[in-house]
Amino acid sequence: MTSLNVLIAVCLAYVALLFFIAFVAERAGVQGKGGWLLRSPLVYTLSLSIYCTAWTFYGAVGNAARSGLEYVTIYLGPSLVILGWWWILRRLVRIGRSHKVTSIADLISSRFGKSNALAIVVTLMAVVTVTPYIALQLQSVTLSLSIFSAAEQGATPDTIDNDAAAFWIACGLALFTVLFGTRNLNVNERHHGVVIAVAAEAIVKLVALLAVGIFVVWGIAGGLPETLARIDASDLGTWQTSGSRWATLTFLAATAFLCLPRMFQVMVVENADEKHLRIASWAFPLYLMLMSLFVVPIAVIGLEEMPAGSNPDLFVLSLPLSQGREGLAMFSFIGGFSSATSMVIVATLALSTMVSNHVVMPVFLHLRQGGASQSGDVREVVILSRRMSILAIIGFGYIYYQVSGGSGALASIGLISFAGVAQFLPSMLGGIFWRGATRLGALWGLGVGFMLWVFTMLLPSFGAGAVLSAEVFEHGLLGLGMLRPQAMFGIEGMDPIVHAVFWSLLINTLTFAAVSLATFPSPLERLQGAQFVNVFDHSAQTQGWNASVAESEDLMIMAQRILGAQEARSLFSDQARAQGLSGHLPEPTPDFLQLLERELSGSVGAATAHAMISQIVGGSAVSVQDLMAVADESAQMLEYSSQLEAKSKELSQTAAKLQAANTKLMQLSAQKDAFLSQISHELRTPMTSIRAFSEILRDTEGMRPMEKAKYANIIHSEAIRLTRLLDDLLDLSVLENGQVTLNHQTGNLGELLDQAIASAQAGASNPIPIHRRRLNERLLLETDLDRLCQVFINLITNAQKYCAAEDPELHIDVTEKDGAVWVDFIDNGAGIPAEAREMMFEKFSRIGAQDSNGAGLGLAICREIMARLGGDVSYLADAQGTGFRVVLSHSRAVAAQ
Amino acid sequence: MPRKPLPVFLERSSYRKRRVMDALKLLALFGFILWMIPTLWPDGSDPDAAPVSMSHALFYVFGVWFVLIVLSAAFVSRQSGPKEKAGESDAGP
Repeated sequence: MTSLNVLIAVCLAYVALLFFIAFVAERAGVQGKGGWLLRSPLVYTLSLSIYCTAWTFYGAVGNAARSGLEYVTIYLGPSLVILGWWWILRRLVRIGRSHKVTSIADLISSRFGKSNALAIVVTLMAVVTVTPYIALQLQSVTLSLSIFSAAEQGATPDTIDNDAAAFWIACGLALFTVLFGTRNLNVNERHHGVVIAVAAEAIVKLVALLAVGIFVVWGIAGGLPETLARIDASDLGTWQTSGSRWATLTFLAATAFLCLPRMFQVMVVENADEKHLRIASWAFPLYLMLMSLFVVPIAVIGLEEMPAGSNPDLFVLSLPLSQGREGLAMFSFIGGFSSATSMVIVATLALSTMVSNHVVMPVFLHLRQGGASQSGDVREVVILSRRMSILAIIGFGYIYYQVSGGSGALASIGLISFAGVAQFLPSMLGGIFWRGATRLGALWGLGVGFMLWVFTMLLPSFGAGAVLSAEVFEHGLLGLGMLRPQAMFGIEGMDPIVHAVFWSLLINTLTFAAVSLATFPSPLERLQGAQFVNVFDHSAQTQGWNASVAESEDLMIMAQRILGAQEARSLFSDQARAQGLSGHLPEPTPDFLQLLERELSGSVGAATAHAMISQIVGGSAVSVQDLMAVADESAQMLEYSSQLEAKSKELSQTAAKLQAANTKLMQLSAQKDAFLSQISHELRTPMTSIRAFSEILRDTEGMRPMEKAKYANIIHSEAIRLTRLLDDLLDLSVLENGQVTLNHQTGNLGELLDQAIASAQAGASNPIPIHRRRLNERLLLETDLDRLCQVFINLITNAQKYCAAEDPELHIDVTEKDGAVWVDFIDNGAGIPAEAREMMFEKFSRIGAQDSNGAGLGLAICREIMARLGGDVSYLADAQGTGFRVVLSHSRAVAAQ
Repeated sequence: MPRKPLPVFLERSSYRKRRVMDALKLLALFGFILWMIPTLWPDGSDPDAAPVSMSHALFYVFGVWFVLIVLSAAFVSRQSGPKEKAGESDAGP
C-alpha cells in the first residue's frame, strides 16, 4: 500500500522538479541561452496542451462512462480550430503581435477604441467564468488524493481532510504562480519558466494517460481485439449521443479554445513566431488524439472491473490501484496533478494580468492624481497588484470549491465555464472580421449574452431551489412563461446545455450586430477597426523602432522607474557592452529600443510601454489618441484664429466706414462754412447793387429816362435773382422735409423732353446741340411731370453751362431695362473729378470755381425730387464725358402703345 | 502601404504552393463535415434503427482524426518548403 505520506513526498518532489525546470529555463532566458528550445514550435505546441486540464484527465473517462463517445467533442472542436488556423488563429496571432495585445480583454478593448469599460467587463466576465474552473481543478486533485487515502485506510474515504488538502494545494499553486508568473513582470516577453514547466507537465500528463491506457488495453483486457469486443459488449456498446449535443459541444469546445483567457495567453501572447502555428496545426491535433485515444477503453474496463458505485471520474487512478499497480497509479496521479497545476497556473496568470492591467492599475493611477507621469517607482505597485490578483483569483476558486461543496460531475462545471467564455466569441470575431462592429455593440452583446448565460446555465447548475426557486424553473422569471431558465420563449425539450448555448450565443450575436448597425463608432474605434480587420495589409511583422534622436539618458530614467534602478542600470550597461561601448549608456539602436520596450511592457502593459518609448523617441510613432488630441487642439485653434480674423476684418471695415463718414462730415462742415460765406456773398452782391442803384436813382437829379430805366432794370433783375435763390432754398427745404405734394399726370417722355429742352434753351445765346433717339422715347409716364421736367431742365442747363468742350454737344439716351427707364444725359465735357463726385449732390456744392452764378442747389434739388418720385439720379462714372442718369422706376413708366 | 501588384501567372512551384495552401484552408471544413456525420447516426431513441457499434464509431472518429493530421502535416511541409518567399502566403492567386 502506498502510504499517503509517500504520495505527498512524491508530489512535493515533482513540484520541486518543476520549480527547478522553471528556474533553469528562467535563467537561460535571462542569459539568452537555450533560445532554440524556448522558441521551438514543439514547446509552443506542448504549451497549448493546458487546454487539457484535470477535467480532461479524469473527467473524460467519467464522461465516457456516462455518455459514451460524447467526451471526444471536447477535443474535436479545438482540433478543427487549429486545423483551420489559416482562417482565425493566424489573424489573431498577427493582431496580437502587431498590437502588442496582452490578454483577450486587451484585444477586445483595443479593437473597440481602447475602451477601458469594455476591458473591465471582459475581465470581470472572465473572472466569473474561470473561477469555477479553478475550483474544479482543486476538486479533482483533492478527489484523487482521497482515492489514495481510501485505499490506505480501507473503507472510509473521508479520513483525509479534503478542505485542508484543497487549501494547501491552492497555497502551493498560488506560490508557484506568484514566483514564476510575476518574477520579471514580463507578459509580452514570455514567461520562460512557466512555459517550460507547462510543456514538461504536458509531456507528463500525456505519458501518464497513455501508460494507464496501455496497461488497461494490454494488461487487463488482453489486447486490442479483446478490448474492442468488450467495448461492443458493454453498456456503452452502441452509439447513443444525440446529434444536437454532438454538434453543440463540438462548437462550444472550438469556441472555448479561442476564447479561454489561458488559451489566449499561450496561443497568442506567448507565441514567439507565427510559423509555430504551422507545426502546431498538425502536432496539437495529434496530442489531443493521443489524449483521448484510451478514454473509452479505460471507461469500459473500469465499469466492468470496478465495484458498482465507484466514481468513474477516478477510474484512471482506481483501476491501476485495484490491480495492485501502485507505481502506475502514482504516475497517473502525477499526470492528473500536472493537468490541474498547469491549468491553474496559466489561467491565474492570464486572469491576473487582466485584472491588474485593466482594473487595479487604472484605479490606482486614477486615485494617485498625476498618474504615470509622476516620478517614482511604479514597479512595486504593479508587482503587488499582480500578486494580489493571483492570490485573489485562486482564493475565489477555493471559496467556490468550498461553497459548492466539491460535488457534481466534473464535466458539467467545465461546460458551464466554456459556455461563459464563449460569450466573447461574437465580439472577438466580429471585431477582427467586421469593420462595422462598434464598442456599444460589443458591450451590449457581451452584457446580454452574459446575463443569459447566468440565467440559463450558471444559476440552474446549482439546482432547483438553490438560487433560482423551483417556481422559477416551472413558471419562469416573474411568472413569465417566456423566461423559464431551461425553456426560453416556451421552447421545451432542448437539452439544457444545447438550450443555454444556443440562446445565449444567438441573442448575444444578434444584439451585437444590431447595436453595431445602429450606432456610430468614434474615430479611434474606426481606425482600430480598420487596423484589426486589415491587419495583413498594415503589418509586415512587428514594427521596429527607428530612433536616432532618442535620448539614452531619458530612456534610462524612465526604465529606472519601471524596472527598478539596479536592473535598469545592469540592462543598460549590458547592452552598452554588447554594442562595444565603454560607458553605461548604449546607443539607442532599434534593436535596443525593441528590447527595452519588451522589458517595460510587463509592468505597465504593452501598449503603455510602447507609448512611453514613443514619447521619448519622438516622431516615429505617436499613439492615435495623441494624434487625435493634437488634431482636436489645432482644429480649435484654427477655428479661433479664423474667428479672430473675421472679427478684425469686420473691425477694419467698420473703421473704414467710420473714416469715410468722418471725411464726409468734414467735407459737409467745410461746405457749410463755404455756403455761409457763399450765401452771404450771393445775397450781398445783388443787395449791394440794388442798394447802390436805388441810391443813385434816389439821389441823382436830372437823370435821363434812359439811364433811369437802365438802373431800374438792373435793380429788377437783381431782385429776380434774389427771389430765384430764395425760391430754390425754399423748394429744397420743402422737398427735404417731405412736405411736397406730387401732382401725378400721364404724359409722353419724348414730349416732356421737348418741353424741358425748350425751357432750358429759352433765351440762351448759344444753345448746346442735343442728340436724341426719338424712337426710344415713345414711353408713357405716370408721374409728377412738372417736377420731372424740372430735373431734366436742370441737367440740360448744367450741360449747357458747364460743358467745357470746344464744340459742346449733349446726348440724351433713353433705355428701358428690367422694367425701369434710364434717361442718360451725356455731354462731351471733361467729366467730374473723382473727389468731387461724392459731394456734388449735396447742397451748395460747386465744382471748382467755374460756377459763378449758381447757388449749388440744382443737383441737390434734382436728387430730392427723384427720391420723391421713386427714382434716382446718379453720376455716370463710365461715360465719355460728364454723364447723369435719371432712373424712373417701373411703376412710373408705362409702355406707350 | 500599397502592395506590389502580384503577377497574374505564377511559375509552377509557386502555383503548386498556392494550391496546397488552398487545400490547407479547406481541410478544416472537410474535417468539420466528416465529424458532423455522426449527428446523422441513430442515437438509440428509435428502436427500429440498427445501432452503430461503439468500435465502429471509435474507428470512424479516430480514423478521420488521423487522416486530418497526416494531411495537415503533409500540406504544411509542402507549403513551407525551402524556397518560401515572404508575403507570398498572404494572398490568393
